Amino acid sequence: MSGADPIRLYRTVRLIRRFEERAIELVRSGHIVGGIHPYLGQEGIAAGVCAALRPDDVVAGTHRGHGHVLAKGADPARMMAELCGRVTGLNRGRGGSMHAADFAVGVLGANAIVGAGGAIVTGAVWARRRRGEDLVGVSFLGDGAVNEGMLLEAFNLAALWRVPVLFVCENNGYATTMPVADAVAGSIPARAEAFGIRASTVDGQDPAAVHARTAAALARMRADGAPEFLEARTFRFDAHHTFEHAVRLDYRSPAEVARGRSRDPVRIAGSRLSAGDRAAVDADVEAVLEAAVAQALAAAEPDPATALEYLYASGLTARTGGG
Amino acid sequence: MPRLSYRRALNRALADELARDEEVFLLGEDIRVAASAVTAGLLKRFGPERVRDTPLSEQAFTSFATGAALTGARPVVEFQIPALLFLVFEQIVNHAHKFPLMTGGQCAVPVTYLVPGSGSRTGWAGQHSDHPYSLFAHAGVTTVVPATPADAYGLLVSAIRCDDPVVVFAPAAALELRAEVSDPVPVPLGRGRVHRTGADVTVVAVGHLVHDALAVADELAGEVSVEVFDPRTLYPFDWDGLLGSVARTGRLVVVDDSNRSCGIAGEVIATVVEQVRLQAPPRRVTRPDGAVLPFAPALDRAVQPGRELLRQAIAHVTKDG
Ligand SMILES: Cc1ncc(C[n+]2csc(CCOP(=O)(O)OP(=O)(O)O)c2C)c(N)n1
Ligand SMILES: [Mg+2]
Repeated sequence: MSGADPIRLYRTVRLIRRFEERAIELVRSGHIVGGIHPYLGQEGIAAGVCAALRPDDVVAGTHRGHGHVLAKGADPARMMAELCGRVTGLNRGRGGSMHAADFAVGVLGANAIVGAGGAIVTGAVWARRRRGEDLVGVSFLGDGAVNEGMLLEAFNLAALWRVPVLFVCENNGYATTMPVADAVAGSIPARAEAFGIRASTVDGQDPAAVHARTAAALARMRADGAPEFLEARTFRFDAHHTFEHAVRLDYRSPAEVARGRSRDPVRIAGSRLSAGDRAAVDADVEAVLEAAVAQALAAAEPDPATALEYLYASGLTARTGGG
Repeated sequence: MPRLSYRRALNRALADELARDEEVFLLGEDIRVAASAVTAGLLKRFGPERVRDTPLSEQAFTSFATGAALTGARPVVEFQIPALLFLVFEQIVNHAHKFPLMTGGQCAVPVTYLVPGSGSRTGWAGQHSDHPYSLFAHAGVTTVVPATPADAYGLLVSAIRCDDPVVVFAPAAALELRAEVSDPVPVPLGRGRVHRTGADVTVVAVGHLVHDALAVADELAGEVSVEVFDPRTLYPFDWDGLLGSVARTGRLVVVDDSNRSCGIAGEVIATVVEQVRLQAPPRRVTRPDGAVLPFAPALDRAVQPGRELLRQAIAHVTKDG
């Protein structure tokens, strides 16, 4: 199995890192309304997993989903425009941070309902394989999702019907403020193992380790069609959601945050590049994001008269609110 | 002319669509052996890949259908009992229904949810007797309640071909009906049907209640001329068809097997009175507010909208003017 290109991995974690930092600035300046769930600190997981995927493989993300969308190959400019609610956004300004989707690159959508993505991606992969396509899927989920019954039902269906979905649990230790130790009876991988799903744990801060483990899992899955489960241990560097920048919630000590931040996926991936390569990637990422922000802010906002556009694929038009 | 039963009409619609389109497949509990009878013979003809028995995992298989539909499949999901729709309301409304808009038109979710046996099943009591079609109409999910075998066939076919999610309620009280149908055809969604023309009052009746309304109209013939309007699709509602009828009769009664508050009858009345000056205040006959159907048959019947209350409502709106 060939390892992932270290430059590519570094570029992806760096892109997500800087994308999130720029997005937080736009939240502060009021250009992104509603805030975001920053992926800061967890970039190595999306980068490592998606580097092992083929373009036609599909992923379903979470409320903390920017990293998944970017790592799968969506255009950062259209993603930024989406966060800013512009017509040029991936979802034409109809989805925003928590619903960003790009079907053209296999992103079936971030999903704001915890635990919801697993069954959806299982159905999508099953239906396309029935047509003879040789694809796999990834369902990203948080540690909070493993307590959702719907997700456990999805484990059962994927295992029973041999649908090759890799369930990637991004265990950042907390569901909002709820520590895993207070929320999860038994162990997280054991949830999947109970359904006969192969499960393991990896260091989510090291994108190369995540990539290697994912590539091995996908090779087995492509061979035998069975789903797998990967717990990636990680740490959320920033707020659960940017609202926390204004409202301090007391659940992680400064010491714990400092310890968590000491293992930085961007630094870990960057240390594998020469200083020159790193500088070149950094400059490229800055240029991409500079253009992305400029394009997003220059783009038009949707016309309020089109607020219900796309509600029905059948062409049905809804009655308006009257007056 | 051949007689077609309501159940058989559903069965035939499924078989015809499975045969017509490879992308159609069925999901549900005990559908291989056709516990509800509507999938009878389909396993043998189409195989277990397309007639898939599911474990008891309503939430997962409902969203599995969403995922399949996102890629172009046309799943039909059968629910054994109407109350299961409460378990999957989230999956239908929050995901299947919202995906097209939230993604800015990147996808469609053509799933059909079929409940063969909605409403009271006499003796099945509180948790098996719900008729939650108004909930889906409120959410903006296409919702059909066929009253006759021909409409059961035609609306189910159209539901499967529709690019949006559609919930099909087949009332338990209509499943045993038979009618002469030579060659069933698709029935367009969103188009009502005047079952009987009349001059004095329009009775809007939903699902199995169409037959009660027709029976009452027969009884009253000579005294009151009753027009019976069957919307067939509750969302999108055939407002033009209804307004045309009410413009002729000037009076309105709605008979609806929903709980009273926020049931479709309230919406029908509100929409009509916004646009038409009626000759008498309209009436509705519904389940009571917050109804839970009690077990004993007399109690069960007591909370369902019935013919006696319908007669009273008609008398009320026609007594003067
Ligand atoms: C089903 C559901 N319950 C609750 C919420 C509110 N909520 C949003 S994110 C979140 C925490 C999720 O934690 P986790 O799955 O660990 O993901 P993380 O935020 O840590 O990335 C909660 C409770 C929700 N969106 N969906
Ligand atoms: Mg978490």
